[in-house]
Amino acid sequence: MIIGLEHYLIVAAVLFTLGVAGIILNRKNIIVILMSVELILLSVNLNFVAFSAQLHDLTGQIFALFILTVAAAEAAIGLAILVTYFRNRGTIAVEDINMMKG
Amino acid sequence: MYSAIVFLPLLGFLIAGLFGRQIGARASELVTTTLLVTCALLSWVVFISIGFGHAPASAPVLGNWMTSGTLKVDWALRVDTLTAVMLVVVTTVSSLVHLYSIGYMHEDPSRPRFFAYLSLFTFAMLMLVTADNLVQMFFGWEGVGLASYLLIGFWYEKPSACAAAIKAFVVNRVGDFGFALGIFLVFLLTGSVSFDTIFAAAPGLAHKTLHVFGGDWDAMTITCLLLFMGAMGKSAQFLLHTWLPDAMEGPTPVSALIHAATMVTAGVFMVARLSPLFEQSPEALTVVTIVGATTAFFAATVGLVQNDIKRVIAYSTCSQLGYMFVALGIGGYSLGIFHLFTHAFFKALLFLGAGSVIHAMHHEQDMRNMGGLAKKIPITFWCMTFGTLALTGFPLTAGYFSKDAIIEASYAAGLHGQAATYAFVMVVIAAGLTSFYSWRLVFMTFFGKPRWAETGHEAAHGDTHATTHADPHAHSDDHAAHDDHHHALDPHESPRVMLIPLYILSIGAIFAGLAFKDAFIGHDGAEFWRASLYFGPENHILHEMHEIPEWVGLLPFFMMLGGFIVSAWFYVFSPETPVRLAARFQPVYQFLLNKWYFDELYDFLFVRPAFWLGRLFWKGGDVGIIDRLGPDGIASRVLDGTSWVVRLQTGYIYNYAFAMLIGLAAIITWYLVGGVR
Repeated sequence: MIIGLEHYLIVAAVLFTLGVAGIILNRKNIIVILMSVELILLSVNLNFVAFSAQLHDLTGQIFALFILTVAAAEAAIGLAILVTYFRNRGTIAVEDINMMKG
Repeated sequence: MYSAIVFLPLLGFLIAGLFGRQIGARASELVTTTLLVTCALLSWVVFISIGFGHAPASAPVLGNWMTSGTLKVDWALRVDTLTAVMLVVVTTVSSLVHLYSIGYMHEDPSRPRFFAYLSLFTFAMLMLVTADNLVQMFFGWEGVGLASYLLIGFWYEKPSACAAAIKAFVVNRVGDFGFALGIFLVFLLTGSVSFDTIFAAAPGLAHKTLHVFGGDWDAMTITCLLLFMGAMGKSAQFLLHTWLPDAMEGPTPVSALIHAATMVTAGVFMVARLSPLFEQSPEALTVVTIVGATTAFFAATVGLVQNDIKRVIAYSTCSQLGYMFVALGIGGYSLGIFHLFTHAFFKALLFLGAGSVIHAMHHEQDMRNMGGLAKKIPITFWCMTFGTLALTGFPLTAGYFSKDAIIEASYAAGLHGQAATYAFVMVVIAAGLTSFYSWRLVFMTFFGKPRWAETGHEAAHGDTHATTHADPHAHSDDHAAHDDHHHALDPHESPRVMLIPLYILSIGAIFAGLAFKDAFIGHDGAEFWRASLYFGPENHILHEMHEIPEWVGLLPFFMMLGGFIVSAWFYVFSPETPVRLAARFQPVYQFLLNKWYFDELYDFLFVRPAFWLGRLFWKGGDVGIIDRLGPDGIASRVLDGTSWVVRLQTGYIYNYAFAMLIGLAAIITWYLVGGVR
């Protein structure tokens, strides 16, 4: 079987769906949300790389590297906020984070 | 000079009212009193030059007030003999009351306000008496009503004073309603509100009719009756009298000035001023006679049993105003004004004397707690006695000339009409009753055993007076002073500043009748009044009143004597007799003590239905319908809507993310589907 573009895209779509489902369905832990966000970013990366290989254009792969960097920074900031939040509120359960309630 | 008389009190009011806090109480007193004394002196000059010195009556126009279509109203000071008489009465009594108040109110913290109100009142009253048209008169009329309201409610911490002030205002509104309608009607009939025009047009209107409410009515009668309704309200005549006794909640100098000498006589003045109109309507004059006679009798009967020293004098005022209206009703306008003139002196004297007694007794007003004061406060006693002599018509005092003249004239008029005969009977009986209750007041207050030694005054003092002190320092001083008196209440004579007005008024009460009899009601009358009073061609009352049987002339004297003897017997020689009588005729006694149940009747007829109606509109109409369907209803619907919408805002991130996703999916779907087409 030849691994074609569509396989890559399907995997990326599955990863994206998993990430979104993780954000929406997850009721436990805010770290899981961060991880889901990473998952979504990775699925996007996979798309970039797949299309880059398919189209013989390196721009997509360079873009993927940029995204990885930004994702790392974002994860670091996200975790830092999380730690501070835990110190202040004593919990990171998603159910308890509803101060924006109307 | 006329402008000075009218506007100096206004100046005093402005100074004391606006700058009273800055210049202090003492300066306010001095300024207002000085201005008023100046006014009084000028008024006497005007009075003598107009009444006796042939100075022409004039009406200088100060300026235009308003012009609307054919309605033209000017500010003008009309000064003729009638006005001059009123000027003298108003400014003299007012200046004496100002002077007296310096002593009487000396422990009150808001004296500048008090003197400002007094001056405001005087200004409004002077505007009233110098009015040259009905609208300006109405301005003064309402001005004195306002000042009266402010002064009755001067001690506004007392709920009873506030209630009395509101009552006076509301009852006067009833009369003013009639007065205003009367002014409209005069304008409708004559096209003018200026006195000269109206009076010139009046004879031509004599038998004109008006078509209202499906019937033809005599125009002048309706007009005069409506105008008289205003006079009834202001002068506390029968049916509209209920506010006057309650008005005694105000400080005593106010009672003397407003509710005895000046404001309440405004109605008498108004009828006399409009004599050319009233002369055209015999029916209206009959009503005036009957109302006056009924008031004279009714108020005198109530006065018999009252125990509050000020209320007795208040009912006496009411009764004497009835006499004045009887005089006007039978066409003796000069008699009414003469009685107004003399009455101002002796009634102001009685009120100020009563104030002096109250001052001596530390704000005790109940005569049952007085007695034996003649030795303690002899000057007040003698002044009160002079006032009483004048009021009861002791020969050669002021009341003797004015009151007896009214009684004689009513007899003479009775030869032509039933109403005057009724009036004659009523005023003769009232003369006896007047004598009885006046001497009862003197005997209960000044004779007999002192009854103030054994009764506690602190309670009475507490609710009448302590509330008047906003200043805690003054209050504590006052209490300390009164604690001394609690054990040994020692009535003391008033300070000289309060006694001087009493002296002056005593002189007036004794000699005013003798001195001015000829000018007011004697042969010099025509010369004195000139055109200021109008007597119809068939009105010969002033001549007829001298052609009466001798017994009629002596009757008032014997009634006076009888009242005196009965009173002396009841309250000096045999104090148990009145108690027995009261027990024996309990229903009659209660009937009189409760003032013929007028307050209860009005409460039942007007006050309660008004409250009921108000509550209906408030609870049912406003709260139940307008608020429920209007603002409150809309607001609660909005709240319902938002509380439903607010449930979307859960605060959970995953909900928001889900919403974003669905939205995104929807938009993409839409574009894809739409893009294909």
